[in-house]
Amino acid sequence: MNHDIAIKMVGVSKYFGEVVANDKVNLEIYKGEILALLGENGSGKTSLMNMLSGIYFPDEGQIYVNGKEVSIRSPKDAFDLKIGMIHQHFKLVDIFSAAENIVLGLPADRKKSKKDVIAGINDVCDTYGFEMDLNKKVYDMSVSEKQTLEIIKALYRGADILILDEPTAVLTPQEVEKLFNVMDNMRKNNKAVVIITHKLHEVLSISDRVAILRKGSFAGEVATAKANEQMLTEMMVGEKIELNIERSEPQNSKKVLDIKHVTCLNQYGMPAIDDVSFEVYSGEILGIAGISGCGQKELLEAIAGLQEVSEGGQIIFTDPDTGHDEELIGMNPRAIKEKGIALSFVPEDRLGMGLVGSMGMTGNMMLKNYREQSKVFIDRSSADELANKIKEELGVVTPGVDTPVGRLSGGNVQKVLVGREIAASPKVLMTAYAVRGLDINTSYTIYNLLNEQKKKGVAVIYVGEDLDVLVELCDRILVLCDGKVNAIFDGRNVTKDEIGLKMTYIGKGDVQKNGQK
Amino acid sequence: MDKNNVSINHVREPLFHIAKRDRIAKPKAYAIRTVAILLSLIVSAIVIVCITGLNPLDVYVSMFKGAFGSNRRIWITIRDTMVLLCISVALAPAFKMKFWNIGAEGQVLVGGIVTAGIMIYFGEALPTPLLLVIMLGSSIVVGAIWGLIPAVFKAYFNTNETLFTLMMNYVAIQFTSFFVAKWENPFGSNSVGIINSRTKSGWFPAIAGQQYLLNVIVVAIITIGIYFYMRKSKQGYEISVVGESENTAKYAGINVKWVIIRTMVISGALCGLAGFIAVSGVDHTISTGTAGGRGFTAIIVAWMSKFNAFVMLAVSFFLVFLDQGAKEIASNFNLNEYASEMVTGIILFFILGCEFFINYKIIKRREDK
Repeated sequence: MNHDIAIKMVGVSKYFGEVVANDKVNLEIYKGEILALLGENGSGKTSLMNMLSGIYFPDEGQIYVNGKEVSIRSPKDAFDLKIGMIHQHFKLVDIFSAAENIVLGLPADRKKSKKDVIAGINDVCDTYGFEMDLNKKVYDMSVSEKQTLEIIKALYRGADILILDEPTAVLTPQEVEKLFNVMDNMRKNNKAVVIITHKLHEVLSISDRVAILRKGSFAGEVATAKANEQMLTEMMVGEKIELNIERSEPQNSKKVLDIKHVTCLNQYGMPAIDDVSFEVYSGEILGIAGISGCGQKELLEAIAGLQEVSEGGQIIFTDPDTGHDEELIGMNPRAIKEKGIALSFVPEDRLGMGLVGSMGMTGNMMLKNYREQSKVFIDRSSADELANKIKEELGVVTPGVDTPVGRLSGGNVQKVLVGREIAASPKVLMTAYAVRGLDINTSYTIYNLLNEQKKKGVAVIYVGEDLDVLVELCDRILVLCDGKVNAIFDGRNVTKDEIGLKMTYIGKGDVQKNGQK
Repeated sequence: MDKNNVSINHVREPLFHIAKRDRIAKPKAYAIRTVAILLSLIVSAIVIVCITGLNPLDVYVSMFKGAFGSNRRIWITIRDTMVLLCISVALAPAFKMKFWNIGAEGQVLVGGIVTAGIMIYFGEALPTPLLLVIMLGSSIVVGAIWGLIPAVFKAYFNTNETLFTLMMNYVAIQFTSFFVAKWENPFGSNSVGIINSRTKSGWFPAIAGQQYLLNVIVVAIITIGIYFYMRKSKQGYEISVVGESENTAKYAGINVKWVIIRTMVISGALCGLAGFIAVSGVDHTISTGTAGGRGFTAIIVAWMSKFNAFVMLAVSFFLVFLDQGAKEIASNFNLNEYASEMVTGIILFFILGCEFFINYKIIKRREDK
């Protein structure tokens, strides 16, 4: 490397009780370079960077900034060392404008007029290629704009070292591209940039060097030019892994759900989903894409009988075996079940909706069918059997089937939930963000489970956020935008960019609305 | 590197920090509790010596004697334990559902009022066994109604049940005052007096010569019943799910409104029944003090026991023991009640406080090499 070292971390460790978040990590960050910090969820990426931004204090080890040993006790210390971190959760004041947020908390400088400040901010924007209306209030901003604002704020305050914590998780492909341009400009301006991520293609397209963490320890680093996805995954996971998601041709597809003109209102009386119409077929995976909060949750809950649907909508379930039609609207989950409609739902909020955190696997297995037992007292033996079977087959790591599932890791929680929903032999299987927060191995386990269901003739609905996965896994992809169906693509003939566009802009002439073609 | 320099530069974490325990081995938990009790006795001893100059050992012995000194005292301790246990067991389903039923006091009182009323109006006319059945039934019904009202409002209008049940207490207290004035006996005494003191009509009968054995039997049946209801029944399962997350309950197809109402009816009914025991089985009179704050003490009992009906027995017993002991030392050593309550307060403080060390651990800062 011909660059200067901006930050050097030597033997840095951080413990949370018994949990080792970081174990003697050595890391160097160079000026004029983009370093990708890669690792699975829980591998300690964020906690390591939080020690640079003054949120945590290391239990062991030293940090050097520009060759000098420092101790960073607070975000203010970090700031004085010109370290800026863009967190996943933005720290902005909603009712303030962009400019107000940028200067907020800076020491008062009477000599500077508002004009000077604006000029200074505009300067930063020009240098790095930001587009930002400085008078716009934060509450009017999209997620991407808020993120941009956070970056401008850090740069305006003079940050030389910028840490971005999973910045692309919330962005569309188009917005990611913009962000990468900005990062490129920062590199040209000799800033040190760290991007925390677990998306490999992003690592490969933007970074100069990759540092990999595995279970809190430093697992190695490699120049991006010499890296490929397979090799990075293996370093990240520590073992060889098959990265392809299979996609078989749908067999014997029949219409299972016919959704017509469904509208749901949110708590403020505004439509959360707005006149949505589409069809779901057996033996296929229907992907649903969209920026978060575009009605995905309400749509699935409406089908599951958990959301009130406004007058005029229809959700018709057709039993693929008997051809019998049933209107789902007006039934709660219990009524749907009692009608013999096998509808499984893996909700987004796993412990807040899908499972009871304080109960063990066995207790959770009973959740949806305890009522079918005829006696007053519950017989746990069949649930116990099922719990053990799922534990075995999906490899759930738990001390026992009676250990509260709230204590399990995210991946194991999801295995319990998905395992239970699949065990109910569903005709329709709905999943919301089924792999969010899961490591690669578990994610692939889930994809395989969904594919198995598809082959069994189940109609699978997959609400996802990772467009790469949607494009690889799904047979059809429905794009939601502002609660409306903005497009339905054939999963085999669509690019991420096409989906991304439909996620953000309601098309004028080419809106595909199935029901009113 | 210069060692001194490093230590100046290194601002460390605080000396201690606190972390939640995942689990704790049973023996360790009991060890912590034992230490807490010993510590509480030592601290109380110091306080006793400093304030009163008495020999703390004498005080402890007299405390023990207050609760267990004679056959009669033992039975009084048992009798009071049973009423407290009954209320605690009654509260457990509601609290397990995270329905903050602060209204046990009122639910007990209304149960007591109807019991007293039936004793007064029908005491002469009906035989005691029939009276007992009628009183049992009516106290359950009014207690259930007292629980039903806040539950309906919670289920349909999402009112705050804490305030609602608390306010219902005051309504019940005013009702009690009204009936005490109405049933005043003898006139001008401002109390109801012992009802049917001559005929003992409507009183719990002595069984095998033991006046309070029936109390024990009734409460034991309720306790065992609730234990199985909470742990093994479908309804108990529903209560756990609703208490954990209403969204999960709805997702599972549980009718949340119905579970809230049903559970509070059970909770209120059993509190009403406790009122029946307190009036017919213990006091044989009614006053605004019939519940005597036990509706609130029972909340502590239920939570400390983590809703396990059998642990509640131990906790109720311990609290009653402290109470009896405090009364005894107050009278024995001519102390005022406050001094003796300080001792029980200290003991309670340590015992409740030690739960912190059972749920959390304290980690010392790692020393730098």
